[in-house]
Amino acid sequence: MADEQRPLGEEGTDGVRRRDFIHIAAVSFAGVGAVAAVTPLVYQMAPAADVLALSTTELDVAAIQPGQAIKTTWRKQPVFVRHLTAEEIAEANDVPSADLRDPQTLAERTKPGKEAYLITLGVCTHLGCVPLGAAEGENKGEYGGYFCPCHGSHYDTAGRIRKGPAPTNLVVPPYEFTSDTAVLIG
Amino acid sequence: MSFPWAKEYQPQNGFMQWMDERLPLPRLVYGAIGAGYPVPRNLNYFWNFGVLAGFALMIQIITGIVLAMNYAANTAVAFNSVEYIMRDVNAGWLLRYLHMNGASFFFIVVYIHIFRGLYYGSYKAPREMVWLLGVVIFLLMMATAFMGYVLPWGQMSFWGAQVITGFFSAIPLVGEPLREWLLGGFVPDNAALNRFFSLHYLLPFVIAGVIILHIWALHIPGSNNPTGIDVKSEQDTVPFHPYYTSKDGFGLGVFLIAFCSVVFFAPNMLGHPDNYIPANPLSTPAHIVPEWYFLPFYAILKAFTYNFLWIDAKLWGVIAMFGSIALLFFLPWLDKSPIRSASYRPLYRKFFWFGLLPCIAVLGVVGAMPAEGLWVPLGQVAALYYFAHFLIIIPMISYFEKPEPLPMSITESVLGKAETPAVGATPATA
Repeated sequence: MADEQRPLGEEGTDGVRRRDFIHIAAVSFAGVGAVAAVTPLVYQMAPAADVLALSTTELDVAAIQPGQAIKTTWRKQPVFVRHLTAEEIAEANDVPSADLRDPQTLAERTKPGKEAYLITLGVCTHLGCVPLGAAEGENKGEYGGYFCPCHGSHYDTAGRIRKGPAPTNLVVPPYEFTSDTAVLIG
Repeated sequence: MSFPWAKEYQPQNGFMQWMDERLPLPRLVYGAIGAGYPVPRNLNYFWNFGVLAGFALMIQIITGIVLAMNYAANTAVAFNSVEYIMRDVNAGWLLRYLHMNGASFFFIVVYIHIFRGLYYGSYKAPREMVWLLGVVIFLLMMATAFMGYVLPWGQMSFWGAQVITGFFSAIPLVGEPLREWLLGGFVPDNAALNRFFSLHYLLPFVIAGVIILHIWALHIPGSNNPTGIDVKSEQDTVPFHPYYTSKDGFGLGVFLIAFCSVVFFAPNMLGHPDNYIPANPLSTPAHIVPEWYFLPFYAILKAFTYNFLWIDAKLWGVIAMFGSIALLFFLPWLDKSPIRSASYRPLYRKFFWFGLLPCIAVLGVVGAMPAEGLWVPLGQVAALYYFAHFLIIIPMISYFEKPEPLPMSITESVLGKAETPAVGATPATA
């Protein structure tokens, strides 16, 4: 075609110069290369293999008396394991779900037959402080569960948010009972 | 650009002549901070604070570079390496206290610099770009200061990092993955400490770069002045050197007396004792607060305790906190009054002294207090006023206000007319 023979800078009948194609192709190729070069720089920021390797925790809940709670860690985050008393269970079950900011029942937050063991992350869902209430004598807040001292979030005996700035209930991590008292978190 | 009567650089000897023809750096300095930069003759001492802020940045960079020679960014040893600097490194205690308090004094002078700009209308045309770059510098300073505070890996370092990176988790959908990406983990740990150290070292140089742009943008229209009126003739100005180099030198002496008083006699006055406890990821201090210079913003963050519309309280708090700084970017267009200086703006002046300043003082106090009792509604009222001041009150008063009569010229405001005394702010005896 005659079109093939014309100089690079001249417009053809369609109003497009051959050089336009070269410009677009070169800049696009450089753009793809830039994105490819930036990818490892961005990706190196994500959690490294050693951080991800800490992702299961085993523990035995047999020694926890009713009313007691212990702290352990999972993925370097604190975990609260609480053995609820009968009154605490009743209190958690008496709350109408309409009163809750993040409606969930105690049964949904525990394992069947193990409702007395409330296992949650000890990380306030507001900005990540460790709430008080797991250790003896700490402030349990207005609803008898946990109280976050940083910005005043109150959690009830099922670890549900009841008052304060936190948006959701304390997170229940993935876990299972591998025997009657052994728990595997993660 | 400069005024037509700006003195031109004259090389004093053969070497400077040779230099000027090849790399006119002396010419640049002469025109920027030498006798070649004409400045309004009536600047008061509030105009010292830009130079003071630059000096504070230099203190931070110099002490920071030598501290980095002795510090180790690893969670196992970071806390102890700071104690090592304090006890074993020669003059380490001095360098660390200079750096620690240097950050506070940098913020003190920058806050005064910002309020100077707000009072005398330095953000208005034709200096909008100077103001915008200033807000960028302020944001970079906040990021740098936050990351620096994490480095000693004390309790406040750790929990400050936890709370501040928690802001990002408020963003819907991508928030939590974004936070894990920023931290390189699920909680602040070794990866986070290392990257904070890297960025804490980098950002001051970025700040220095933006400061160059800030000064470049300033030198196009030239400095504002306490009357806010434009320079009209040569007799309205004096050369920067020696008039303002000497005035700034005096201000620098006063600044250093105040700075050294704190460094040598009360070095921990502005810090928090909990940061001398090594970081413990399983126990939050009973009462965590940021450094004093973040308290008003922290109070705005805490002001939202209820979900509102479809956005939850947590996200509202974060939006409001970032918004409180972001709105400063719009200030040059929110304030429609053509009068710059508050000296001639009776309403603006009253709202500045009796509205904005008390509001920020209250926010600062509330930020330091626990989120309970009367502090919560007090913080909410003050946060509401803060936004109303910039978004409602300032635009409104620019319509209703009747400005007081302006002087004919800067010279008239300094020397006075024959029959009337000088009006306006304290004139400099330039």
